[in-house]
Amino acid sequence: MFVKKTLFSVILYCALIKTALSAESGGMPQLDPEFWFSQIFWLIFTFGLLFFILSKFILPNISSNLENRKSQILENIEKAEVQRQESEDKIKEFDKIIYESKVQAKNILNEAKKKISEDINNKKKQLEDEINSEIKTVENEINELRKSSPDTINQIAISTSSDLLKQLIGADVNQSNISAIVEDLSKKEKGKYYGV
Amino acid sequence: MAANPMYQFNVYRIGPEIKLGDIDLSFTNASLFMVLSALTVLIIFKLGSKKNIIIPNKIQLLAELSYSFISKMISDTAGTKAKPYFSFIFSLFMFVLFCNMLGMVPYSFTVTSHIIVTFVLAAFIFIGVTIIGFLKHGLGYLKLFVPSGVPIVLLPLIVIIEIISYLSRPISLSVRLFANMMAGHTMMKVFGGFVVSLGIVGGWLPLSFSVALTGLEILVAFLQAYVFAILTCIYLNDALNLHH
Repeated sequence: MFVKKTLFSVILYCALIKTALSAESGGMPQLDPEFWFSQIFWLIFTFGLLFFILSKFILPNISSNLENRKSQILENIEKAEVQRQESEDKIKEFDKIIYESKVQAKNILNEAKKKISEDINNKKKQLEDEINSEIKTVENEINELRKSSPDTINQIAISTSSDLLKQLIGADVNQSNISAIVEDLSKKEKGKYYGV
Repeated sequence: MAANPMYQFNVYRIGPEIKLGDIDLSFTNASLFMVLSALTVLIIFKLGSKKNIIIPNKIQLLAELSYSFISKMISDTAGTKAKPYFSFIFSLFMFVLFCNMLGMVPYSFTVTSHIIVTFVLAAFIFIGVTIIGFLKHGLGYLKLFVPSGVPIVLLPLIVIIEIISYLSRPISLSVRLFANMMAGHTMMKVFGGFVVSLGIVGGWLPLSFSVALTGLEILVAFLQAYVFAILTCIYLNDALNLHH
């Protein structure tokens, strides 16, 4: 174990020395001025060209793209806001229409009900009037009949009595006598026959 | 010499030697990776900037997220006055980021691991920020070196310290990026060398280290690009909005 460890450290040490020595012998190429002017020239050339092309052609494009996107997004948000407002207004309108139509429907229903009940009432009244008038005429007729019936009955009674007497006795009896008797009787019995 | 951990930083000529008078401007591997980084950035952002797309695809989302990321970073640190410098800071961040990231590809070259590259960038930023400061505030920009609320006795000392710290900005900015990239890549190379030299028995430990370091280096690559850009913003903020 110990041998292995020592061996390992020796190898590591050797490697370190080797690399250190080779670094020593090489020195720093950075400090060798042979190509300094070449490097300066090519740096200025490439960097200058890069700066020129980037600032003239590429960066303005990127900047305008970003601006465009920003304005487009803002525009879209604005549009969306407007559309949302519109749809809200439409919903409100819709609700209003529904409400109005409900009210209208109620009104129509009420009116119809009212009309129907009015009709019914009118018809009832008409019928009642008709019935009443008919009852009145009938009552009048009855009254007239009632008034006229005793006379007619008396007449019938008189003629019947005279006919009866003629057949029984065989002689004409004085009409006025008979009528006097009949009237007398009918007056007496009036309550019994007519209920008056 | 592949075992040398510094070998990866060697610059060598690709193609013919180009000379402008006495100055050697040859196309090198460093130039190649600068061109590759710039091209990658351009291709990605060209694809990600097609006009008039309302719903972005993946690459466009990437481009737009980067745009808003940098734009937010600038407005957070330097305020709205820094808007004209957006393109520059965006290019700077993307260039440094892609140089760092392309350097993470095995057998590639890390442009930002060379002090001369980072120093030129930092010096350009330093000079630019100083010019902007003097243009905006005139000689009033010198008030930057005189912090308010300091006792008069201490003032000479403080002013000297402020001037030194201001002048050391390009150095600290460039060395930070260069040292981070160089150290990270060297360390990965050293651990890679351990894997080879320790062989099949002992190589697993440095290998796992190497894997972990790769992750760490990718983080550092992003972080250093971010730090480079945000420090630029902070310097710009000093120049635009004089606070002291």
